[in-house]
Amino acid sequence: MHPDPKVADPMDQIIVQILNGLDKGSAYALIALGLTIIFGTLGVVNFAHGALFMMGAFCAVITSKVLSASHKVVDETRTDFLGNPLQVDVFYVQQWFGESAGAAIMDWAVPIAIIFAIPVMILVGFAMERGLIKHFYKRPHADQILVTFGLALVIGELIKYTFGANPIQTPAPAAFTGSLDFGVFLGYEAQTIMYPYWRLVYFFFSAIIIASVFAFLQFTTFGMVVRAGMADRETVGLLGIDIDKRFTLMFGLAAAVAGLAGVMYAPIVAPNYNMGLDFLVLSFVVVVVGGMGSLPGAVAAGFLLGILESFASMPVIVDILPGINQIIIYLVAIVILLTRPRGLMGRKGVMEE
Amino acid sequence: MTDQTTQTPVATPVRSKSAKSGILGLTSKDSTLLMIIIGLLVFAPFLLNPFPEGSGMAQFNAGYPDLMQRFVIFGIFAIGFNILFGLTGYLSFGHAAFLGVGSYAAIWSMKLITLNVIPAIIMAIVLAGAFSWVVGKISLRRSGIYFSILTLAFAQMSYALAYSVLTPITGGETGLQIKNTDNPLFGSLNPGEIGRANFFGLEMGTSYELALGNWLFTFNLGYYIAAVAMLIAFYLSIRIFRSPFGIMLRAVKSNQQRMNYTGLEPKRYTLWAFVISGMFAGLAGGLMVAMDTQVGPERMFWTASGEVVIMTILGGAGTLFGPVLGAGFIKYLENIVSKINKEILHQWFAFMPDGIEDLLVTMVYPFVGKGWHLTMGILFMLVVIFLPGGLVEGGQRIAGLFRRTKSADKES
Repeated sequence: MHPDPKVADPMDQIIVQILNGLDKGSAYALIALGLTIIFGTLGVVNFAHGALFMMGAFCAVITSKVLSASHKVVDETRTDFLGNPLQVDVFYVQQWFGESAGAAIMDWAVPIAIIFAIPVMILVGFAMERGLIKHFYKRPHADQILVTFGLALVIGELIKYTFGANPIQTPAPAAFTGSLDFGVFLGYEAQTIMYPYWRLVYFFFSAIIIASVFAFLQFTTFGMVVRAGMADRETVGLLGIDIDKRFTLMFGLAAAVAGLAGVMYAPIVAPNYNMGLDFLVLSFVVVVVGGMGSLPGAVAAGFLLGILESFASMPVIVDILPGINQIIIYLVAIVILLTRPRGLMGRKGVMEE
Repeated sequence: MTDQTTQTPVATPVRSKSAKSGILGLTSKDSTLLMIIIGLLVFAPFLLNPFPEGSGMAQFNAGYPDLMQRFVIFGIFAIGFNILFGLTGYLSFGHAAFLGVGSYAAIWSMKLITLNVIPAIIMAIVLAGAFSWVVGKISLRRSGIYFSILTLAFAQMSYALAYSVLTPITGGETGLQIKNTDNPLFGSLNPGEIGRANFFGLEMGTSYELALGNWLFTFNLGYYIAAVAMLIAFYLSIRIFRSPFGIMLRAVKSNQQRMNYTGLEPKRYTLWAFVISGMFAGLAGGLMVAMDTQVGPERMFWTASGEVVIMTILGGAGTLFGPVLGAGFIKYLENIVSKINKEILHQWFAFMPDGIEDLLVTMVYPFVGKGWHLTMGILFMLVVIFLPGGLVEGGQRIAGLFRRTKSADKES
């Protein structure tokens, strides 16, 4: 998956690292975006957001399992090695939609999972907000962190109980396996800069989602009200608008964004029950670096840290500063928090009590 | 002493009595608590072994040295964390780093200087304290979630560095053990002999076993050393809670702005609380090495920091006894409940009709054995939602119910 380390030309090294950083950065940006939406609207620090990302990834797993459900049919014409009639696995989708269409559906399980994941994740988000987080608005941030942290643990354990502790491989559609020879477009020799197709898809996918979230907030009446509510909740309420209902919907939206990030990430890293917490820690760092409550900040910081992380893993840099690839994100977070207390694009007066 | 008690709301009702009965500078209520802790620690090998050997319930016995040591060591860790979080409200998500630093310091002391555990523990406390001073100095420039993220970032950095670059000092992925090539400065090891941790010549594994009827009680030296350490830690924690310093820390939690206006500097007090709790973590790390001479970087991973948060909250943050209770509770779940498997469940429910037995087993099974994390997570959530004061508050509420009925009788 990773580029050839033998490449000596520094320029294509840099391009390769930027590309590598983009897909990780996309995931960070999507999760951080959802976290920031929740924080900006409801003022809640949601430590269970990584778990929502993981649930998205497991939506992909479930879809691919359901679509490749099969039943045994005895094939009289063939025999197995013991001489008994051979039992053949017949996939339901192939039975219903025909041989080739069924195979295509199974192959495209991950993209199909998107359709399934959106309503599921919105519902999950809705249930989470109404069932649990609603009761924590008036409690201190520490309590909110703790209860959502507990929820993240519980969700992780439920996933472990249902799907087992091992990662579950969920392949991308066959059309997207292999790599794009990106260097050719820039006038390099063939095979210089290779980039897996699926990661490119992931990047464009996340770009579309980020753009649509921003467009939704910027250009619709609903989005306008939500932005007004983020700026001054009380006044919006006084104008006779039920802002709480809209904020609950925004929670559902944030959950869906995290879920979609997870669905599409499943082919890149095989989903396991720990991935939620792994991503959570990093996305929190991303949010804080971007500035609590700033949506553009979260997206920018996501990509920035993703790319920085991949630059720090360049052999040249690791030779000079060993171990830097492991700590770069945290180091950047510490430096930014100490020099720019509100993060890159944080607003005044957010989380400063 | 007297003005302390007037300022401490908890101590006021008993002040008149406490003035004379101040053992070690404690009020009578606190000395009772300390006495209870001493009793629990001394008689733990009995108390934790209530079921006779060989009986069906013997698996619930927790009175074996390894687990008892863990109870007290994590108790110390949680007591220290509570001094920071319980009093000042600063939620650190990186306390495992100090525990790890303490562990590494202790094992190097054993490898290089002497196999006696006391210098190792002192080294652990000092180095963890120094490290926590550096981390605290930087992290405390921010508060709230930023503080949590900063401490988390430092801990994750320490973990990543211990895992990779610092391998010459930390042993990397495999960690550090005492090997037969180690020859400490003050030690009389034969060449090739693997050194063992000792307390002035007595090995930590030394145990005295007492068989009474069907019961077998083990009194382990390592456990009692850890218990003494925890007793000191607990005593210090009481003193800090009741001191003017402790009141300052509470002021940091309730109203920093007012403190600023009064001309006090909250940061200085918080930094001291941070360093003290870091030293407690170092003590716990040093004791871990004293009991079992090995360290690995996973001890510093952020889930370990999360565990001490869970222990403290579950038991009751801001209370004296809560963290100890929480630590014991979690370690009991981890070591005892995790051992329950399907066969054992079938034995328990064997008296039921078959169908119901299977149903019960399927219902209970997800919560025991490997699923103990699930039980812990659910309990933790329930406590955060319904009992912000933890199990201690739960106990007080139940006690309060009884007391109210009693006092109502008296008054009428």
